[in-house]
Amino acid sequence: MCLAIPAKIETIEGNKAEVDIRGLKRSIGLHMMPDARVGEFVLIHAGFAIQRIDPKEAEETYRLLEETGITIT
Amino acid sequence: MINLDKFRDPVVAAKLVKRIEGLCDGPYAFMEVCGTHTMAISQFGIRGLIPGSIKLLSGPGCPVCVTSLYDIDRMIAIAGLKDVIFTTFGDMIRVPGSHSSLREARSQGADVRILYSPLDALQIAAENPQKQVVFAGVGFETTSPTIIATVLEAKEKGIGNFSVYPAFKTVPNALKAILESGKTKIDGFLCPGHVSAIIGSRPYQFIPAEYHIPCVIAGFEPLDILESIVMLLEQLRSHKKDGLAFSVQTEYRRGVPDAGNPNALAMLDKVTEPCTAEWRAIGSIPETGLCFRNEYVSFDAAKRFEIKVEPAKEPVGCICGQVMMGLHQPDECPMFGKNCTPESPVGPCMVSSEGACAAWYKYGTGN
Ligand code: SF4
Ligand code: SF4
Repeated sequence: MCLAIPAKIETIEGNKAEVDIRGLKRSIGLHMMPDARVGEFVLIHAGFAIQRIDPKEAEETYRLLEETGITIT
Repeated sequence: MINLDKFRDPVVAAKLVKRIEGLCDGPYAFMEVCGTHTMAISQFGIRGLIPGSIKLLSGPGCPVCVTSLYDIDRMIAIAGLKDVIFTTFGDMIRVPGSHSSLREARSQGADVRILYSPLDALQIAAENPQKQVVFAGVGFETTSPTIIATVLEAKEKGIGNFSVYPAFKTVPNALKAILESGKTKIDGFLCPGHVSAIIGSRPYQFIPAEYHIPCVIAGFEPLDILESIVMLLEQLRSHKKDGLAFSVQTEYRRGVPDAGNPNALAMLDKVTEPCTAEWRAIGSIPETGLCFRNEYVSFDAAKRFEIKVEPAKEPVGCICGQVMMGLHQPDECPMFGKNCTPESPVGPCMVSSEGACAAWYKYGTGN
């Protein structure tokens, strides 16, 4: 039930936003993220943006993963 | 688009598995507390990749699985009332109550509708002013803010024929209850990523501080889960070797700031307050429910409708409660895969698509 999927905010009007989920367009609620901006990535759950998703952190985590794997203790 | 597919990269996965093998120095039991993790672990065969000395236990990670029979029976009773449109997320509809389910109620004429978002219920309420529209308020901290945001919008728009049956659950004190029971040996927690997107990392601090158990907030891709296991093992190792204290770490940094989502938390706090909740097959746990504050009690469907139900009857022989406490693996239940299957489930862990029994049945035990 706690599945949330990443989407990109395309337009904002009041507390509603149009988002792109891998090509699929949806209208979602921004009630929990009143300061969200167009172009940001958010996690969508039950028709609402619940949190930002940070592309830089995603890159950084992946880079660390690649590295952690190499050193075997 | 943000590219998360690489979090399934098999080459990196193999490296992480090697690292896990190198680090693992004991029989360890790690508990995941999120149905989405339960599913991912089974789906990607994580149990089969990692050493057998690491046991992955499924905790009470499914809000559907832990909804008490009493609440389910009462929701079914409300759905059956005249002039009620009962709305819910899809996972709830098949869950058997003592005598029936929402799906059965629907086939007997009740107006039960599955919605993707609670906001859709407001639309239905506005279009059907002569009816009462009730939403099944089931969910952890990931989901409850979406339902509470809907209540706030109903209040703002003056939609009076909308209410919510509150069966919300909150995670941190449930973990405390499992630890307090002292029955399950747990060496580390994989904390739920999307619950934590709302509550942040701080509410778990008591686990390392008071119970001396490491915690890692984990993402949902296979590499996230493997890396989180690495992080737990590293904490265990540096504790053993250098006496370092355990902590709450976040692997899922891309979606979990330490403070969570303060707006969502403020909304929850405005409308609800913590209360004791009844967890199916586990029992009542203080401060793990959310009840409407007085100012919002008019939105409480449990108070709006006068309903009486018979005392709840649990299915005989189902050991869901022990599975969710990490005391048994699903295939240790004598009914698993025999008289209990997803097509004809006996207990809630087999109904809910993310229940431990359903995940094991669908993907195999992975051992
Ligand atoms: S099984 Fe379904 S209801 Fe239960 S936690 Fe998982 S997603 Fe949520
Ligand atoms: S297999 Fe079925 S009966 Fe056994 S614990 Fe799981 S849900 Fe309950």
